[in-house]
Amino acid sequence: MTLPLHLTVNGQSVAEHVEPRTSLADFLRDRLRLTGTHLGCEMGVCGACLVLLDGKPVHGCLVLAVQAAGSEVQTIEGLAESGALADLQRAFHERNALQCGYCTPGMLITAHSLLETTPAPDRGEIRTALSGNFCRCTGYESIVDAIAVTIERRAEGAGA
Amino acid sequence: MADVINTQGHVRLGSNAGQGLTRRDGVLKVTGAATYAADNRPEGLLHAVTATATIARGRVTHLDVAAAEAHPGVVKLYTPDNVPPLAVSPDEKIHPFVWRMEALQSDRVRYAGQPIALVLAETLEAATEAARLLAPRYEAETPHVTLDDAEPFETTTTAFGRPADHSSGDIGKARATAARHVVAEVETVAQYHNAMEPHAIVARWTGDRLEIDTPNQAIGLARQTFAAFLGIEPAQILIRSPFLGGGFGSKAILYGGQLLAVLAARDTGRPVKLVLRRDQMYGPVGHRAPTRQRLRLDLDEDGRIAALQHDTLTMTSSFDHFLEGASNASHSLYATAALQTTHRGLRADIGTPGPMRAPGEAPGSAALEVAMDLAAQAAGLDPLAFRLRNHAETDPSNGMAFSSKALRECYAQAADLFGWADRPAEPRRMRQGQLLKGWGMGSAQFPCPMFTAAAHATLRADGSAVVETSAADMGQGAWTALAQIAADGLGLDIDRVEFRSGHSDLPDAGVAGGSGHTATAGTALFNAGADVVRRLVDLATGDPASPLFGAGNSGVTARGGRLHRNDDGRSEAYEDILARAGLDMLRGEGTGAREGQPTRAMFSHGAVFAEVLVDPDLGQIRVSRLVGAFAAGRIINPRLARSQLLGGMVWGIGFALQEEALHDARTGRFTNNDLAGYHIPVNADAPMIEALTVHEDDPFVNALGIKGVGEIGVTGTVGAIGNAVWHATGLRSQRFPIHPESLILSGESL
Repeated sequence: MTLPLHLTVNGQSVAEHVEPRTSLADFLRDRLRLTGTHLGCEMGVCGACLVLLDGKPVHGCLVLAVQAAGSEVQTIEGLAESGALADLQRAFHERNALQCGYCTPGMLITAHSLLETTPAPDRGEIRTALSGNFCRCTGYESIVDAIAVTIERRAEGAGA
Repeated sequence: MADVINTQGHVRLGSNAGQGLTRRDGVLKVTGAATYAADNRPEGLLHAVTATATIARGRVTHLDVAAAEAHPGVVKLYTPDNVPPLAVSPDEKIHPFVWRMEALQSDRVRYAGQPIALVLAETLEAATEAARLLAPRYEAETPHVTLDDAEPFETTTTAFGRPADHSSGDIGKARATAARHVVAEVETVAQYHNAMEPHAIVARWTGDRLEIDTPNQAIGLARQTFAAFLGIEPAQILIRSPFLGGGFGSKAILYGGQLLAVLAARDTGRPVKLVLRRDQMYGPVGHRAPTRQRLRLDLDEDGRIAALQHDTLTMTSSFDHFLEGASNASHSLYATAALQTTHRGLRADIGTPGPMRAPGEAPGSAALEVAMDLAAQAAGLDPLAFRLRNHAETDPSNGMAFSSKALRECYAQAADLFGWADRPAEPRRMRQGQLLKGWGMGSAQFPCPMFTAAAHATLRADGSAVVETSAADMGQGAWTALAQIAADGLGLDIDRVEFRSGHSDLPDAGVAGGSGHTATAGTALFNAGADVVRRLVDLATGDPASPLFGAGNSGVTARGGRLHRNDDGRSEAYEDILARAGLDMLRGEGTGAREGQPTRAMFSHGAVFAEVLVDPDLGQIRVSRLVGAFAAGRIINPRLARSQLLGGMVWGIGFALQEEALHDARTGRFTNNDLAGYHIPVNADAPMIEALTVHEDDPFVNALGIKGVGEIGVTGTVGAIGNAVWHATGLRSQRFPIHPESLILSGESL
């Protein structure tokens, strides 16, 4: 059994038929070939599959594709292309806040959402906010550094 | 650091190498464009899902194949009754790096989580549901999965064929003269790699040619192994593994699911993708086995170690042999007149263990450093002073001098940054608010193996180059660090060097493991570049039209894409030399391996200092600071090396306080085989942490002076945290991970 599904993904209108049991992450990866959304635990713990659903971060593995009907989904690909993450991406790259890179898209989405809601978190708040994103390599210190430097740069930019 | 000059003298390491360049794969990874194996989706793909055993020992007596096959979308189902045969039994160990695999060869169940059927369907969801519908029935036998009830067996070897026992010096005599001794008993538990990227394979046959996308740490070896089990030539197989989402040892060795996916693709004529679920990675893809270790340190009046004994009991599967070589961690770190180490094995109904980041060294170091702390206490010495007093000038296990050992500088720099001099000797003397605060330390050490690697370098007509080797980048930064070395070998700026890697049609770079990949593959790449330059020098110095004519073979240096005369400084660009010679390319080859039998003991060293805070009411333990200093030979890329060292230290936190796979001893099944139940450090668990690197020139370890940084961070750290917990609380846990309850329930008051 499939159901019709209409939604917006990275600004594009999408119309597909999906089985109701298909997760949003599998739908994005398998059907739309948006493979920057990664699967790590498939139980909403590790954060590798985070995407924005109507602007809010959700675990793509815990949301069914059909639950996103009528919504706006943004993935790492869309956020990267729009430039919304440009300064965070630059800081992650410069600070070596990534190693194997598997957790990185989810990390960036959490970091982006954190800075949307809390413009100037301290290092402790950054650590807490990122604790739903596992990095096994593990580059936690550098990830905090990258976000902290982005906050500084945004503050400088705003003041300039 | 002095430049390393290769044997021909034309090229030097130290222009690109040594720079903290950002990762060459960084942009791909921050945009989501880096592709991992499971991202591949060839046309006509079938999704495979394995059904796994829910008993740990016995046989499968019934599978509801009809129900599974009736599920819409199911295409094919394999059980031991119909699985296509392999050319070689998956129970054959065709070389030392093959583990006995489960590829549906029988109805026997040897551990919980073993694959017992494979379902192929048009969608992942259909395959998953059909696997569930198989509803297996079993004839279950009583499993044994713990150190207490598994079956002892005699062994002469530990992991990688190393001897199980070692003895040097006269331990009886040494003990007779000792003033006192301490005994430490330490247990460590089963741990699982849990790389973020699940194990995955996409297999596609085109005629008799096989393409495989799978994350693998030793692509060349994997190709040979697949070929042997399939009964085809390695040249018929292409393995692509450009990016691994972490490996840590678990992706160095093939597992049965990979063979099944390939068989299924051949049988159905369609591409097949198999991605293991997180719970399915607890069993078939290796783990770190539990250990029960006992150390006895005999000390003389001055606090010198007279005798060191380290015994390990550990566990392997019922059907294969991999014993965590924990006692070997005591061989080469501290001076002792007499050394005796042993390993004893147990067979249990578990998947076969395997190498996991610092195999042997991690649990061995944990126990050794706890024993050293006890001994320091017994000797009335500060833990650092005690380690300095027992500093090994030569390797006590074989008397060899060290190739280099800047451990004293590591102690000094890390202790200084940490503020160790202010540490009160007695425990329970420091508080931060209500919390008990403690400081502990440990020494870090990891061997410097080299494997074998080959590489090609090709200079192109425009003076740029392409270098090729099938290295594996599982996050450590091979794409970047190896390219830096290759560029120096060619005398080019790195921007002029294209680095091709990550697939099996390239020269074999050996294994990304044992902290030896940069040294091994790097040597091959450097030599390949130097080979190109040697040919260029021959062309130029023999050509009357070249400004280098007559410079003599040893009078030329390559840098920045030009050959320079050493006498008058005149130079010529690579592209001009090629053009005049009428060549559109110039190709060189290189290999990397350790030459001859080692005559020196070769290790990276380090010192780790830890601060913990312990809640006296709840027993909750937090690592609040970690400082490490490491001497690991030439650092090719400080930015990447620091990140590897920090990562290893965070693994030390997980080992010391969190990671533990739990079995239900009655059923042999796991109770926490997922990322919620198996605790790994998250960002909030990672403290203020720093890793320094200490300068070290090592002319013996290899021509480039490269050691390794991938694993050493785990060693030292675990013991340092355990010792800090003692210093905070006065309680010594005899087990890692140290859980709050082990402090609260110890009978002592916090």
